[in-house]
Amino acid sequence: MTMAAKKKSASRSDATGAAHISAANLNRIAEKVLKFSEADETEVEIQFSTDALTRFANNTIHQNVAEQSLDISVRAVVDGRTARAATNKQDDDSLRRAVATALSLAHNQPKNPDLLRMLGPQKYQKVSRYFGPTAECSPQDRAKAVTRVCKMAEANKQTAAGIFSCGAVHELLANSRGLRAEHKQTRSEFSVTILEENSSGWAKTNSPDVRTINPDALASSASRKAAQSRNPRELAPGRYTTILEPAAVLDLVGFLFYDFAGTAVEDKRSCFNDRLGKKILGDNISLWDDVYHPLQTGAPFDGEGVPKQRVALVERGVPKNLVYARATAKKMKLKPTGHGFSLPNDYGEAPMNLVFAGGSDSVEQMVSTTERGILVTRLWYIREVDPYEKILTGMTRDGTFLIENGKIAGGIRNFRFNQSVLEMLANVEMLGTAVRSAGEESFEMVVPAMKVGGFHFSEVTKF
Amino acid sequence: MRDLAHAAIETAKRRGATYADARVMDIRHRDISTKNGEVGTLAEGESLGIGIRVIASGAWGFAATDRMTREGVQACAAEAVAIAKASALAKRADVVLAPEQAFVDTWQNPFLKDPFRIPVERQIDVLLAADREMRKVKGVTVAEGSMSFRRIEQLFVSSIGSDIHQIKMQSGAGIVATSFAGTEIQKRSYPSSFGGQHALEGHELIERLDLAGHAQEIAEECVALHSAIQCPEGTSTIVLEGSQLGLQIHESIGHPIELDRVLGMEANFAGMSFLTIEKLNHLKYGSEIVNVVADARLEHGPGLGTFAYDDEGVPAQCTPIISSGLFTGYLSNRETAASIGLNRSSGTMRTESWSRLPIIRMTNVSLDPGAWKFEDLIADTDDAILMETNRSWSIDDRRYHFQFSTEIGWEIKGGKKTRMIKNPSYSGITTEFWNSCDAICSRDYWTLWGTPNCGKGQPMQTMGTGHGAAPARFRNVKIGVAFSK
Repeated sequence: MTMAAKKKSASRSDATGAAHISAANLNRIAEKVLKFSEADETEVEIQFSTDALTRFANNTIHQNVAEQSLDISVRAVVDGRTARAATNKQDDDSLRRAVATALSLAHNQPKNPDLLRMLGPQKYQKVSRYFGPTAECSPQDRAKAVTRVCKMAEANKQTAAGIFSCGAVHELLANSRGLRAEHKQTRSEFSVTILEENSSGWAKTNSPDVRTINPDALASSASRKAAQSRNPRELAPGRYTTILEPAAVLDLVGFLFYDFAGTAVEDKRSCFNDRLGKKILGDNISLWDDVYHPLQTGAPFDGEGVPKQRVALVERGVPKNLVYARATAKKMKLKPTGHGFSLPNDYGEAPMNLVFAGGSDSVEQMVSTTERGILVTRLWYIREVDPYEKILTGMTRDGTFLIENGKIAGGIRNFRFNQSVLEMLANVEMLGTAVRSAGEESFEMVVPAMKVGGFHFSEVTKF
Repeated sequence: MRDLAHAAIETAKRRGATYADARVMDIRHRDISTKNGEVGTLAEGESLGIGIRVIASGAWGFAATDRMTREGVQACAAEAVAIAKASALAKRADVVLAPEQAFVDTWQNPFLKDPFRIPVERQIDVLLAADREMRKVKGVTVAEGSMSFRRIEQLFVSSIGSDIHQIKMQSGAGIVATSFAGTEIQKRSYPSSFGGQHALEGHELIERLDLAGHAQEIAEECVALHSAIQCPEGTSTIVLEGSQLGLQIHESIGHPIELDRVLGMEANFAGMSFLTIEKLNHLKYGSEIVNVVADARLEHGPGLGTFAYDDEGVPAQCTPIISSGLFTGYLSNRETAASIGLNRSSGTMRTESWSRLPIIRMTNVSLDPGAWKFEDLIADTDDAILMETNRSWSIDDRRYHFQFSTEIGWEIKGGKKTRMIKNPSYSGITTEFWNSCDAICSRDYWTLWGTPNCGKGQPMQTMGTGHGAAPARFRNVKIGVAFSK
């Protein structure tokens, strides 16, 4: 039993108004599920979440929501077969039904030759990602910050839209072989778009600790970008030296994450097929998966309870290592790295805590050293065009600028790009400090701003 | 559950709400997938909870819980009111709703075979049979199949007296063959990509799809793509097959007509729309033959956007969106309809689950069929590319500029379908594209396609939408830009 489970159960309410289910209660549910099961092996994953989000647009709050949810997911193994059933009901009948469904589904399928025995007890490195002020951030706290941002926008004759959210999640993984893994984390996010008649600016951040979020500063930055990109001019498409702010980098490089899965390479659908160990990216590109990095978030264990390892994925331009779930590792005669998804699944594993090596150049230095180029705040609607060359398409959005003679010369109409990420990472001329960054197309990671040579903008839109 | 929903309304009113509605949803799902002869995902789940939406102090609040006890639901209703009062701190004007009647009704979509009563081993066998057919073709590196079923039972009650019980049964399935050779990964899907076809039907849909019967053909096409000619770059006539045209409708008509986008409510995430209010009944959206409706009624078909009432108790409607090329209608809810002076919501508020606030979503946004036989359309076309099955899609945040690529293309020369083309793509500006449409196939070729994965809102919600389309021809379209150097 974990330390948390030994604490006396005590219900309380947080900012979302949700009554907490205590750690002891989660453990009690898990023990019941394991007791109710007659499977050869049984695993139970429980997640209890509370989340609240204040949404604003047109300088007013227009949506304001809170939710609490419980998910109890049971995996049964019988005679080399496995399946999963889930419920959000805590009563004994519902738990028994989930166990019976998982068992019945497992029975009625062919045997899986790759299925491994469940893992026994493991030791996990401690991570501290739960912050009381985030869990306690109230609708009034969020409304006050949003009101300040809306008033600032109004004073600047601009329009603000965005979100301010906070929440917490408590996860528990237990199995009939004695494995017990538990993780508790808070989360908060502020995102703001400031609009003018023909321009806009954007800023976003997230953190487990709401005290590190400064809505006023983010709104001011978005406001400056909206003002600076006023009356955008149309530029011809082509290849430009391009400075990508961290959110733009994130949303592009995020598309590589599954290519580092052992299963993706085994299935021959990774862009690193036949390219591992070869220098295909620039010397200045190094990349790890590291859940323990101080700017990262998440649990120190994977979907099967394997402790997560720090894995060097790319070293000085050379893709070196992949990540492996237990079954993938066994097939490849390697050791699992702690990146497996919950079983059963088709995808195996993936690194979800990417950390890029940064440099020491600021965005201002990148701009000042650029004779003619483009500065991109944010990208949008990115999709894969070619999975092997990793050509992605998408649009710029909310603050795209022309740079001339080392200075920002004004806003430009948004471009469509068709760009290979592999080619881009071979052409990085300058790197900023790696920061925790949030976009809209990828999960958060630690990435630097990048100055890239010959970025391919293929068409231009109407605004 | 009805008692709990009414308790929520009473609590909200007692706490000061001037309007309240509550949605109890009981959702059951089954998901099955196979890959290279083995079962991948095999899971079932259930989720029961209540979402309570209120107006208090002139502002919105919403709270959701799965604590389905009187105490839990009352606490949730009280929280929704408290949140509304916090919203009022940044209020510019009181929320006003377009008028709506109270309805007491019950509805269920028709289906023949309950997919949850079909033994799971039979469903696995369907996927594995298709898997075997795909892997018989040399060069296929991954064969995949998937099937998913959802049963959504919901009770909606509101402070104006509505009490609406609806049950929706949804089924879907598809297969994909992938081939890696040289420096190229190609794939082919059936009946469409990203999960296949989905509809408000029972297991009869799966049987009708005949996955195994189509597996060999798509596997052979997938491998053949490696030696096909590359899509040229330039300007061309294109013919879009129905499922690709369905996604084109979704992205370049369905999203821009969402009135919340138009009014700036989605500006931070999903984006806005070029269809500003003054364009209603004035903009020439498409050519004379382009007629588009948003139709949630069952008579339109068993689409993913079919229902009897939306999630704020407004009956399903058919709204003309484009009439003989003219832009004539938006997707609205009670609040946005009132804000632009419409008499009534068009009934498009939808939520993915009990835990999410309903927002404006597409229903079935469909292009009316034309008069052409497909064979005649091809015979009438001198030089074009026929593009089939979506591979990637992207459009800007005001829905002007799009780029799509498809899994496979076919050269049309002198009225005949000739060589296979790989990596086909096209791009353009929404209104220029729809104005270039000069031929649409007839009802015989029209399918109500299901898009099960439309994302919108903060927090993000995934919703199923329907798009009826028959193959159509477009002139002077930019092609091949996706692979331009």
